[in-house]
Amino acid sequence: MDLTEALQNFCDWLANTPLSLKIQTITWIIPAVQTIHILCVALVMSCMAMMDLRLIGVAGTRRPVSVAVSRFVPWVWGALPVLLATGTILTIGEPSRELLNPYFRTKMATLVVVILITFFVQRQNKKDANYWEARKGMAALAGVFSLLLWVGIVTCGRWIAYY
Amino acid sequence: MVIPEFCAWLENTALGTEIRQSTWMFPTIETLHVLATVMVVGSVTMLDLRLLNLAYRDRSIREVHEDVLPWTWSSFAVAAVAGSLLFTSSATKYYHNFTFRMKMLFLLLVGINAVFFELRTYPRVMDWDREARIPLAAKMAGAVGLLLWIGVVAFGRWTGFTK
Repeated sequence: MDLTEALQNFCDWLANTPLSLKIQTITWIIPAVQTIHILCVALVMSCMAMMDLRLIGVAGTRRPVSVAVSRFVPWVWGALPVLLATGTILTIGEPSRELLNPYFRTKMATLVVVILITFFVQRQNKKDANYWEARKGMAALAGVFSLLLWVGIVTCGRWIAYY
Repeated sequence: MVIPEFCAWLENTALGTEIRQSTWMFPTIETLHVLATVMVVGSVTMLDLRLLNLAYRDRSIREVHEDVLPWTWSSFAVAAVAGSLLFTSSATKYYHNFTFRMKMLFLLLVGINAVFFELRTYPRVMDWDREARIPLAAKMAGAVGLLLWIGVVAFGRWTGFTK
């Protein structure tokens, strides 16, 4: 039995659990959970955009980079557990729509990368408030990467519905 | 009534037909709409939370207003254009859709709340910005804006689930 088959079997099993059946039958659950999910995406996306644009040097330039990093990153760590929880509910409700979907997999892989970047940006900033100010090129690069990856995550998220 | 006829005309234009029949155009425009929307909601939430004294407490309201709203407005322009294109693809369907109408109503209320704040409360910001207590009118604008935007997102997401 190969991996795809095992995953398919897992999806079939999950889709028949009482919890999944409940999510499938109560029609308002998925739209409601998606709404919470997207509101949290709004928080994360705008906080990350503000931080990334500051790293690049095009927004909020009246204040140092360290202020932007320490202001915006905690909101992301606060919203991510909610995103994970709502995402998990959506996945339990429609396992094969998510787990067998290449957009979903790309989204998750991208998420891991961008979390590592964000963690690194925050850690260096905590160690030395001047770290990113002193490395403008690297800061801009991190900002551009992070912004593009977050846009990619939202794009993949929406395209899951069209696979 | 001219609106139903306008809708029928709109969706039968070359543009409307193209978006409806293409396999990639609707998801692509929709992705743009979602990206712009999360930026609108996320950025305006920053100002709303500042008005409620729940975030950005180390900065004046005027500063947050100046830093955040240009991003809100430019994102709103993108969201509105993309949204109009989506509407064009199935104008009649959306026009008769209850959740879509509710979304438009909530958008209108958001607009009224914003205009009232900008014309009545914000012009005197210099008088109260440096004081410890934020006037009730400003707090109300923040709270009402926050709730109305949640409504806009919820009805927007729900529209995608209705026929």
